[in-house]
Amino acid sequence: MSIVDSDSPLLSRAREGDLTAFEELVTRHEKRVYAVARRMLRNDHDAQDVTQETFLSALDHLPRFREETRFGSWLLTIATHAALKVIRRRKGLELVPLEDAADAIGGVPTPEWIAPWSRSPVELLETRETLRHLVAALDELADKYRLVFLLRDVARMSVRDTAAALGISEANVKVRLLRARLQLRERLTRLFGDSTRRMEPHRHDEQPEPPSVLGGALVTSGTVAAPSDRDI
Amino acid sequence: MKCTELLAILNEYVDGEIDPGICDEYREHLDRCDPCQVVVDNIRKTITLYRDAEEFELPTDFRDRLHSALRDRWRRR
Repeated sequence: MSIVDSDSPLLSRAREGDLTAFEELVTRHEKRVYAVARRMLRNDHDAQDVTQETFLSALDHLPRFREETRFGSWLLTIATHAALKVIRRRKGLELVPLEDAADAIGGVPTPEWIAPWSRSPVELLETRETLRHLVAALDELADKYRLVFLLRDVARMSVRDTAAALGISEANVKVRLLRARLQLRERLTRLFGDSTRRMEPHRHDEQPEPPSVLGGALVTSGTVAAPSDRDI
Repeated sequence: MKCTELLAILNEYVDGEIDPGICDEYREHLDRCDPCQVVVDNIRKTITLYRDAEEFELPTDFRDRLHSALRDRWRRR
């Protein structure tokens, strides 16, 4: 089933041989593709190589592109796979192994800084300062969390495709994504949260409660028990 | 449902992949728990920010090279 995509008219023209239409598509998506590659690779030169490879590949495969997915999502999937190839080439140099057996310790950190944000994402994105904070927060994440977050939440790849791309289990993808989201939330809420409306975590866990349908308490000190990050 | 249990299945809720029975219980919890409601909202905004941000400018010289390479490839197709 095809979906509504604002790129469709340009895509049709490009397929019919209109280079200008293709270049317009590239212009629409080049910054996003570059941003994802740069976030994954943390290196300008490699991100440029991946961006070029992505659009050349898109051009080569244009006749076979099926509009069951958005053109932008398709580009990001190509870009993430190309970036992962670069990362795998680097493996052993600076990258923490994607499948890190030593990282099975601890659960998911419970939120500490809880406050509504004082501005909306649209307002926040109007300033360069926000962009700097986003880069810094993402850079603080370990590679294995950062990559899962970028593949799942930014490139919008499925759990299955993310697991296949990274060579880890689907269970592992899920737990890494939860940790990535919670870590980023914590960091960004300290920056963007309205400190006058900061709230304490709800304390009802400490009071007697009837058994939940979900079963036993998951609480440990400061963490929530979660499936191991180690591949299971 | 406790806050910690809610946190453990937060991904499924945010991604709309939660079992409908548990989803009702999740919503009931959010209705009476401001901190959890804020955490869920923070997470959604975090994802939106990273989806929409284009924090790296494309260097002009690279952009020129990219479009030139694409035009070359287009002509050779």
